[in-house]
Amino acid sequence: MSDVVGLSAFDAARAIAAGSLSAEELFEVYRARAASDRAAGVDGLNCFTWVAAEPPDAVAASAQAPLEGVPLAVKDLFCTEGVPSQSGSRILEGYLPPYTASVVRRLHSAGVRLLAKTNQDEFAMGSSNENSAFGAVRNPWDRERVPGGSSGGSAAAVAAGLAPWALGTDTGGSIRQPAALCGIVGMKPTYGSVSRYGMIAFASSLDQAGPLTRDVRDAALLLGHMVGHDPCDATSLRFPHTIELPTAERLDGVRLGVPEELAGASSLEGEGIEAGVLDAFRAALARAEELGAQVSDVRLPHAPHALSAYYVIAPAEASSNLARFDGVRYGLRAADAADLLDMYTRTRHDGFGAEVKRRIMLGTYALSSGYYDAYYDRAQRVRTKIAEDFRAAFAQVDLIVTPTAPTVAFKLGEKTADPLAMYLNDFCTVPMSLAGIPAISIPCGLSQGLPVGLQLAGPAFSENRVLDAAHALEQSIGFDGSAVRKRSSLPAPAQGPPLSEILNLPRES
Amino acid sequence: MARELSAVLDHVARIGALDLDDVAPTSHVVADTMPTHPALRPDEPRPCLPREVALAQAPAVSEDGFLVPSPQA
Repeated sequence: MSDVVGLSAFDAARAIAAGSLSAEELFEVYRARAASDRAAGVDGLNCFTWVAAEPPDAVAASAQAPLEGVPLAVKDLFCTEGVPSQSGSRILEGYLPPYTASVVRRLHSAGVRLLAKTNQDEFAMGSSNENSAFGAVRNPWDRERVPGGSSGGSAAAVAAGLAPWALGTDTGGSIRQPAALCGIVGMKPTYGSVSRYGMIAFASSLDQAGPLTRDVRDAALLLGHMVGHDPCDATSLRFPHTIELPTAERLDGVRLGVPEELAGASSLEGEGIEAGVLDAFRAALARAEELGAQVSDVRLPHAPHALSAYYVIAPAEASSNLARFDGVRYGLRAADAADLLDMYTRTRHDGFGAEVKRRIMLGTYALSSGYYDAYYDRAQRVRTKIAEDFRAAFAQVDLIVTPTAPTVAFKLGEKTADPLAMYLNDFCTVPMSLAGIPAISIPCGLSQGLPVGLQLAGPAFSENRVLDAAHALEQSIGFDGSAVRKRSSLPAPAQGPPLSEILNLPRES
Repeated sequence: MARELSAVLDHVARIGALDLDDVAPTSHVVADTMPTHPALRPDEPRPCLPREVALAQAPAVSEDGFLVPSPQA
């Protein structure tokens, strides 16, 4: 019995290109596993909102496509033509977009095949995936715990081997935090480097798509086919160089900065960063030094204010973006409305969940006449200071390292009654979002038997540097998530060549 | 929900303590500091969705337009 699920996406792509693995077989293995989870509903992990019924037609003239035949799971909020794209919301239930998001089109041209759409927090608002209208996602490491959010379905699917890799989006940590809680790799690239066209918007000045993968090389491979200027996104930038596959195994001369504000025992209010998370983080720093890195303290004086600024900017932009869901052009419309205003009111009352309503109210308040200067304008000034802090820090160090999340995966329901406690999950990831800089989370160890994430961040467009350092650390740490993929009793292929045969390919290095 | 929103607003109000008088607000966080990366393209008309496609997902349509309840009952 072959174990194609054991292949990284990089190895699967090479095996398909070399003819030792059939793209159809690979797709069918993952399709069956994803469909099994979808059929299990809440008894499964509930990773998906849609799974392909059959293999899609191969891309025309795709013989040379670099990612030919590799299945991809895509977060629900990416518009996919003719395929439900609901952003985890009742108000968009069954919505079939008339076009496909630019980044998904780009990946399709590179040869990937749409495997499934993944469950998420409604409109990407959440850190636990408990805010989805389609039910909570479970963490494959412990079904009683959350996978993180908002890209929780993507993270859980990759960790459980239900998809080789997945697309997510990150506004304040929504790729990095679930990657950390599920023991996989997740990267938020420089703001503007991946087109937002066709991503159902949450907070437009922060939203950015990125990869969720099993390892750093897969993240680089997928990201390399995602970046690029798109005239359909007014904030899109030209990525100044090619994303390279990382090869570094050492960190000689790399200067790593540890900000006390985000990585200290007392850096977070309330219960602070969990002791087990700090232990794993510090062990990874010691390993980085063994690999030749110079680790030093660095200051980000305004980082403690990042969460406050974020919870003005993101809700403000969300309240504007979500005004479009009014029962007129698409999605839910409440029946039997007395008049137009009643239709708007009842549609939004019935269609939005509690967290979305909470943020629309916060944002509307922050943008209201007389409060704009005190809230939104002020928060955007804090943002300027945070970006300046990072630029000053990067004059002294090459990369900044922090824990990705203050805790390991928490229990389902544990934080739903206290929004502020939930928001603190993003304490270490929000500053990089506000600064628009690239940041990656890699698994760096276990605490209480659950994965701990390490975050590496660099200056704008330093993705190659970030990926190289993450790769060197990853190789040294040797985190193994394979047991979680094997734990699943989902279908595996009945026939096929052994893995060793599939992988017996000429290596470039 | 009022209590929850008050707790969030109390947290957010901490930015009121910072001296930000001479600080410019951020617009595009990357392009703001990289003049070689223009943040906006020229605003030129481009083809848009055909009418029937745009109307295909509407809850109600009438005479090639979106149908809504009367503003006055």
